[in-house]
Amino acid sequence: MSAVSVRFTDRRSAISLAALAAAVVALAFAPLWAGRDGLRLLGEIFAYVALASLWNLLAGYAGLVSVGQQAFVGLGGYMLFALAILAGISPLWAIPGAGLIGALAAVPVAALVFRLRGHYFAIGTWVVAEVFRLLASQVSALGGGSGTSLPAAIVVAIADTRTMREFVIYWIALALAVAILALILLLLRSRYGLALTAIRDNELAAASNGVDVVRVKLVIYVFAACGTAMIGALVFLQKLRISPDAAFSVNDWTAFVIFITVIGGIGRLEGPIVGTIVFFALRQALADRGALYLLMLGVVAIAVMLKAPKGIWGLIVDRLDWQVFPLQRRLVPPPRPEPN
Amino acid sequence: MEWTNTILQGVLTGGLYAMFAAGLSLIFGVMRLVNIAHGDFIVLAAYLALVVTETLGIDPLVSLVIVVPLMAAIGYALQRGLLNHTLGDDLLPPLLVTFGLSVIIQNGLLELFTADSRRLQAGAIEVASWQLAPGLSIGVLPFLQFAAAVAVIGGLQALFYRTALGRAFRATSDDPAVAQLMGLDNAHVFALAMALSLAVVAIAGVLLAVRANFDPAIGPARLIFGFEAVIIGGLGNLWGTLAGGIVLGVAQAIGAKLDPGWQLLAGHLAFLIVLGVRPEGLFPRIRG
Repeated sequence: MSAVSVRFTDRRSAISLAALAAAVVALAFAPLWAGRDGLRLLGEIFAYVALASLWNLLAGYAGLVSVGQQAFVGLGGYMLFALAILAGISPLWAIPGAGLIGALAAVPVAALVFRLRGHYFAIGTWVVAEVFRLLASQVSALGGGSGTSLPAAIVVAIADTRTMREFVIYWIALALAVAILALILLLLRSRYGLALTAIRDNELAAASNGVDVVRVKLVIYVFAACGTAMIGALVFLQKLRISPDAAFSVNDWTAFVIFITVIGGIGRLEGPIVGTIVFFALRQALADRGALYLLMLGVVAIAVMLKAPKGIWGLIVDRLDWQVFPLQRRLVPPPRPEPN
Repeated sequence: MEWTNTILQGVLTGGLYAMFAAGLSLIFGVMRLVNIAHGDFIVLAAYLALVVTETLGIDPLVSLVIVVPLMAAIGYALQRGLLNHTLGDDLLPPLLVTFGLSVIIQNGLLELFTADSRRLQAGAIEVASWQLAPGLSIGVLPFLQFAAAVAVIGGLQALFYRTALGRAFRATSDDPAVAQLMGLDNAHVFALAMALSLAVVAIAGVLLAVRANFDPAIGPARLIFGFEAVIIGGLGNLWGTLAGGIVLGVAQAIGAKLDPGWQLLAGHLAFLIVLGVRPEGLFPRIRG
């Protein structure tokens, strides 16, 4: 008896995945073709793609609608500065260090906020982020409430010339974003992915079929915290300056990230990438309008949520049944025995 | 005596937090909606009062006569026009839409009024106080604030359990589908709940604005205070919410007394401790 097998890829997703790989290679050579401003913009885009993908994993798959991920962005940023300034660790090594600390911090945080359900979970995570912000502003070794800059000696240690430093930081950003996306893809294709899909569709049914809901959610929460803290470290390595208000900003690291994910398409891996492109296109077009630009962003996000809740990528999928990332499980029947 | 004073001030501030919380808890109870923009509506009410007092030249407390109905009308229209379309099993749409509203209100106020901090001028009442004992006095304004909180919560309690509207609120809260079958117009009931919530917000906003400076960015912190008061007090219990507000206010006052930098931190820690030790809150609603 031959079993039914499961196949992820079809021809179209193989082609689009190859195109994506080619794009990543082209982006790896961006220092050759993009100017200084272009590199900085791309670096920022990579950070938002990663943040939005991680939030999408939390909210779109695990049902953990957090509005407090700025806790981990800020923690990661502050850990980069603490490890580099106070412990003398190279900033490049401090990024994974920040990720590790983020993951460790996520465990007790989860123990508290997992007691809250739904909307209350959301605001509970925000309170935790506020606590982190207030604690950070009490650390006088890192500038207290007004923040601090990365000392020149530490910055120079990354690479000798300013140009080379910018290249190195750019490559780290690209590598981190690609690694986070690849890990999410692998996670969703694993048994955890099936469990997550089951939880997303019906938590009670998933639990009654033997999925350990709390454990799966905890794993996802810790994973997202680790990735988010590494991105936080990266973002403040790009900026070379940190302050509690910037590091734990609810608008920068949560509101924008949620808008990006919803506009692009929540619950799909492609959504955050599409959403980030739209977000930065809007920002470049309206950058000189100040507060009006944020106001417009809010209006667009509300309109998308009401009129097209699956986002831009959801519209594309509905019309073309197209996926870039091979995630959809297709059953392949066993070959029929030859008729006698 | 110094500590008695600190705790007394904390209790009085707690009344304000309970008022932030009452509006939040009301709409969550009736339609399971958490309004992320709740704090920004408090700030919006403060700015409305500012415009009203400056154009009409009236006292801030008198401006309530205009601001409260205005905010209630905004709440009704907002619920019917926008928020009713977000309600359902999925918690993301209401969350995202109210998050969007929060960003819109903050940046709209920033465009109109700049980031400068403002204050409502209430005249002599601002500094008036009563001496209870040597070294122990309470301000007339903080007392008024607390009395208003008790009145608002008592009023809501009476409305919930003594009136037809309250019965409609409780019915939709228990089971919206059955309530609709019994002839209630849910869209209208929800809109009335939001109108009532924003009317309470208007009172809280004006009382906040005569006591402290405000600017377009302070809304989210008010939302968090209200939320903490709800959770500390226990879901679904209005008097518990008042107690939750008082716990929060006292914790902040004690924190501030120890070190000015610890004021907010102490409040959040009180919340986290309650969450860790007694996640259902101090006074959860007793079913029966």
